[in-house]
Amino acid sequence: MNDSNPHYEQTRRKPWNDPRVRALIFQAVAIAAVFWSGWALIDNTLANMESRGISTGFDFLNQSAGFGIIMSLIPYDATMSYGRTFWVGLLNTLLVSGMGIIAATVLGFIIGVARLSSNWLIAKIALVYVEVIRNIPLLLQIFFWYFAVLRNLPSPRQSVDVGGLLFLNNRGLYLPDPVAEPGFGWVAAAIVIAIAAVVIIRILAKRRQMATGKIFPTVKVSVAVLIGLPLLAYLAAGGPISWDIPELKGFNFGGGITMIPELAALWFALSIYTASFIAEIVRSGIMAVSKGQTEAAQALGLKSGMTLRLVVIPQAMRVIIPPLTSQYLNLVKNSSLATAIGYPDLVSVFMGTTLNQTGQAVEVVAMTMGVYLTISLLISLFMNIYNRAVALKER
Amino acid sequence: MTESVMSPPKRTVGPVQWVRRNLFNTWYNTLLTVVIGYLLVTSVGPLLNWLFLDANFIGDSPEACVGEGACWVFINQRLNFFIYGFYPGDEQWRVNIMFALLAICIVPQFIEGFPARRWLGLFAVSGLPIVGYFLISGGWFGLETVPTHKWGGLMLTLILAYVGILASLPIGIVLALGRRSDMPIIRGICVVFIEVWRAVPLITVLFMASVMLPLFLPEGMNFEKLLRALIGITLWQSAYMAEVVRGGLQAIPRGQYEAASALGLGYWRKMGLIVLPQALKLVIPGIVNTFIALFKDTTLVLIIGLFDILGTVQSTVTDPAWQNVAIEGYVFVAFCFWVFCFGMSRYSQNLERKLDTGHRT
Repeated sequence: MNDSNPHYEQTRRKPWNDPRVRALIFQAVAIAAVFWSGWALIDNTLANMESRGISTGFDFLNQSAGFGIIMSLIPYDATMSYGRTFWVGLLNTLLVSGMGIIAATVLGFIIGVARLSSNWLIAKIALVYVEVIRNIPLLLQIFFWYFAVLRNLPSPRQSVDVGGLLFLNNRGLYLPDPVAEPGFGWVAAAIVIAIAAVVIIRILAKRRQMATGKIFPTVKVSVAVLIGLPLLAYLAAGGPISWDIPELKGFNFGGGITMIPELAALWFALSIYTASFIAEIVRSGIMAVSKGQTEAAQALGLKSGMTLRLVVIPQAMRVIIPPLTSQYLNLVKNSSLATAIGYPDLVSVFMGTTLNQTGQAVEVVAMTMGVYLTISLLISLFMNIYNRAVALKER
Repeated sequence: MTESVMSPPKRTVGPVQWVRRNLFNTWYNTLLTVVIGYLLVTSVGPLLNWLFLDANFIGDSPEACVGEGACWVFINQRLNFFIYGFYPGDEQWRVNIMFALLAICIVPQFIEGFPARRWLGLFAVSGLPIVGYFLISGGWFGLETVPTHKWGGLMLTLILAYVGILASLPIGIVLALGRRSDMPIIRGICVVFIEVWRAVPLITVLFMASVMLPLFLPEGMNFEKLLRALIGITLWQSAYMAEVVRGGLQAIPRGQYEAASALGLGYWRKMGLIVLPQALKLVIPGIVNTFIALFKDTTLVLIIGLFDILGTVQSTVTDPAWQNVAIEGYVFVAFCFWVFCFGMSRYSQNLERKLDTGHRT
């Protein structure tokens, strides 16, 4: 080393060759660059906004919006404020994300298990599903469901009729709406009591198992209590729920719950697309549990249901949870594609219409991105807590 | 003695046994096979009929579609638009040359032992983008200038994906190295950059690129819409790439870093010669997955008004001259994307097998 570099001793002492000094210089330069570019951005933006006559601040949130929204979970009309449009959009985003997460999880677990089925036909169908769906852009799938399938359904007069309760046409899906009658309070109380009873049963069963080693059939009893108690209350109170069934009135349906085609298309596409990724995650999770674990459990005399529930699934979940979290996050972010078909989600309502009408790009974009940032951080926080609870504890 | 010699087990191999073992081994599998087999037979037949047998392929107007099946005449008639967008017809040979060059560079990568394969690959990531830019945008060597708002179709999809992939990998590597750096401030900047981009949807990034980038820039400096979209896509994707590369860096044992330092290698040579080659090899599946995701996400540019392949198809399926061709259009785009994405994933599996040195850490 010294032969090839005769100045080795000398260079060693030069301050710019000292790693610590260099690190300090690098970081000082980095801070300066970040601050300079940040300052340049703000300076440019303020100058540009002034020259274009765009006002700043959040006062616009109190102004009247003046545009209608085709679907809102909270009361909304065009006279309400831009602040209200933000909440309408946010709730619509949360609705479709929640529905999507539930459906994609169920579908994904079914397909993932199906890929490992001993039935060749089922395994191959699941494989084809995964390879086809995940290699096609989500936006295309949303367009397919919306423009090619739901828009081509018959008009309300020729609706697809399922038992006179469920109607499907090009205006959406119409479902019966449960209406609480007097006496419904008893059923609600029964549900609360049933949940409390299940919690108590679980604690007592665990305590008894710890003390005596006897296993109490917790799951069966819990299910029985959860279904049985509210059902008894429902019958005892004389069936206090009536159904508001959708009816054809004039040119459209009235009554019941309406799922607009935009929501249905987005929901189908998000669930089916994300399920193909979840299926692969589930498959790899199950395959990660070594066969010896199953054999050991059987050698201990556990029944196959208990082997699955107590040995295989808890270990598979360790592998499944972290990537599953990412898929949930992707689903929430992908729900913003709603804007392409006009489902009034946060991006479509707030970053689209509100931004166009007020021109306050900086505030609107900051608020929208802030929402997604918060959702992402919250989901990963909860999933990390859960992940820590199930993680391998090596002692 | 002779009666105790067992005859070989009967029928343990062969198609009959295969069917019995894989389709009818238990009563519920038999039931499932029968039900699903019935559903398959009743759905695949009509599907094939619609796709091929009853479909119309030849013709030059909507009247040619008389059959019950798909109207591929529509795709045939609009194919030019789907591939080149609004690119002027007389200049399309330039795009064709680009496609040919791309094919010459890419196809040998799949063929073992093709001569100069490495050089072609190197050219694909270095010279080709420059040649392509001058060739397609024109304005040089007597070529007519074609402004970017006329670019479209499959050509635009490929340009977006190609540039996005080429630019996001190095930026992602730098970000990943920054995130693993010992310098707290550099690390902090990289962490914030990665986490913020990863938390927001691409649509909001594209909206920001199209609405807010002009506000950020000094007076008089303005990028074209395509360039703005490319900047947005690249920054967003490089954050994902950074996390994939970070995974690889974390998987390299500390001994490798220490050995490189002991050899007297400086930071960049340690990373470039010892750590990164191993780390990148480990995360090839993740990198290709990111590429595939980027390729699919390029469709989102249609929301800010660029006509990629999905945009061109979407704008023609509502053409009143053609009735009910939406499904054909979507099937066509889906097939295009599927071919590219499936090809990429198979190539990565191939590469993974080839580079597998058998070491397991």
